[in-house]
Amino acid sequence: MAQDDNGGTDIAAAGSSSHEQEVAASPGTAVVVADGFENPGFPPHRKRVTDEDPKKAKSAERSVYTMFYLSIVGSVWAIAAYMIFPMESNNVFDVRLNNLFFGLGVSLALLAIGFGAVHWAKALMHDVELVDERHPVRGSEETRAGAVKVFQDADQESGFSRRSVIRNSLIGALVVFPLPAVVLFRGLAPQDQDPVELLSHTMWAQGTRLTLDPSGVPIKASDVTIGSAFHVIPEGLNELEHHKLEEKAKAAVLLMRLNPEELNEAPDRADWSYQGIVAYSKICTHVGCPVALYEQHTHHLLCPCHQSQFDVANHCEVIFGPAKRPLPQLPIAVDDEGYLVAQSDFTEPVGPSFWERH
Amino acid sequence: MTSSKRRTGRRSPLATVALLALGLVFTGGAYAAFSTGTAQAEVEATSQQTIEEGKKLFQANCATCHGLDAQGTEAGPSLVGVGAAAVDFQVGTGRMPMQMQGPQAEQKPVQFTDEQTKQLAYYVASLGPGPDIPADSLVNGGGDAANGAELFRINCAMCHNVAGAGGALTEGKYAPALNDVSGVHIYEAMVTGPQNMPVFNDLNITPEDKRDIITYLQYIQDNRSPGGFELGSLGPVSEGLFIWIFGLGTIVAITVWITAKSN
Repeated sequence: MAQDDNGGTDIAAAGSSSHEQEVAASPGTAVVVADGFENPGFPPHRKRVTDEDPKKAKSAERSVYTMFYLSIVGSVWAIAAYMIFPMESNNVFDVRLNNLFFGLGVSLALLAIGFGAVHWAKALMHDVELVDERHPVRGSEETRAGAVKVFQDADQESGFSRRSVIRNSLIGALVVFPLPAVVLFRGLAPQDQDPVELLSHTMWAQGTRLTLDPSGVPIKASDVTIGSAFHVIPEGLNELEHHKLEEKAKAAVLLMRLNPEELNEAPDRADWSYQGIVAYSKICTHVGCPVALYEQHTHHLLCPCHQSQFDVANHCEVIFGPAKRPLPQLPIAVDDEGYLVAQSDFTEPVGPSFWERH
Repeated sequence: MTSSKRRTGRRSPLATVALLALGLVFTGGAYAAFSTGTAQAEVEATSQQTIEEGKKLFQANCATCHGLDAQGTEAGPSLVGVGAAAVDFQVGTGRMPMQMQGPQAEQKPVQFTDEQTKQLAYYVASLGPGPDIPADSLVNGGGDAANGAELFRINCAMCHNVAGAGGALTEGKYAPALNDVSGVHIYEAMVTGPQNMPVFNDLNITPEDKRDIITYLQYIQDNRSPGGFELGSLGPVSEGLFIWIFGLGTIVAITVWITAKSN
């Protein structure tokens, strides 16, 4: 049996042709090193200064207990600071002082314990290197057979496979078990109304006047000069007693006036604007942040949360970012007195997409 | 003997210098007195002389882009009807004349004196009616800071940040920080809508409301963050960066200390 001498290293290819010496190799292993490295053992133990010099040990001990005493000082200081810097004066700067000095005391108390403990362990506690051998992950054959036996015995004794009615009823119980959570979360939604309905409609209706946020003063079409941006709420929102914020969160509108020549309108929406004045929902169609960063030259609306961009001149189509749908447009008109009014509610649900949205 | 006599007959060389200096001081002083006198007389909004001076300045400095009669060209918009406030804002903050074409006219050192700025402003105002430079009573604070804060949050905070720290817009544009902008420039920006900022006319935000907004901005300029380091008031970006660098840095340092061999 000829065996090549590979420069002194005995490397035999596993699964090599039969004329070569068989080596104990598991299939799939490319090479087997015949003689592995020897365990080099530990590097020589290096004693710490505290092991050799009792003076240093003494000083380390001193710094450890000084740390612990410092911790006590910190705790006491925290209590004292809480009283020395009261925050009853209604002045935010007093709260700041109180928080600052109380916090410094507590930090000192905790950090000193931590640093003291670590220093103790590093400098003074027993210092010797140990080896913790890693045992093979796979159990022995007996252990594995034993484990299978345990499961089989358990199945036998409990009759889990045999008593199929009991087993199936248990599975049924486990399947039904999460349902109370579903009901519970459903309880967070409005009870007396259909949430889908609520999400699909806002306060806007035919003839509702567009009013200024927050004062509620109605807006005349002549008030809106070119390049203006008005933050708008529906008339009557401020008089609501319940759910005012919910209604505002759906109905908030941004009103802008563009040069009518720059406005590019679809024929079916041509009468939704008034002399270049357009109104769009302020609620982003991505996850519902208020889109109100209006650039009057480019006519772009930017959402500050995830950088969705909408082109106001083109029905707020999405030109960048994660939003999928254009912002819903509020059809507007002018009433007899010259005030801006809504022609109807939004024709599609505002805000982010949801399953039942049509 | 003769030399000393001659010396007495001549002026000292230093006397010439002194005389020259004296003459310069007098003429310069008189000129300064004269010119300030005329300047004060000049900056009258409706005075024909102001408008003439403004027109000269305009034709020398602005006409390249805005046209000889401010009618606008390919390079710059028409200024008819933008009003005195727009000119006072753009020129008074150094945004105009523009240094270079770009996404946004940057603020830079002011190119004209106050007097010249006013002359330009009143010349442009004479071309067509537009927002005027606001009265001092509206721009020096003294309003309701709480009302101003609410209006600022609704109308301005989305671009300029709730603490007025400014913010990014699209394609290289940005909303500038408001912490060292004078009241009069804040007011003028609201009424004229410089660059990509929308216009907030007096029927959208009343002059008193504008005064409240300026009061709020002055309040937060004078009362810095009560909660410790504000890190530019930019919110999660700067705070996150701070935690990543200093917080994690400290944790790494402590970990190294714990695992290092004590000696």
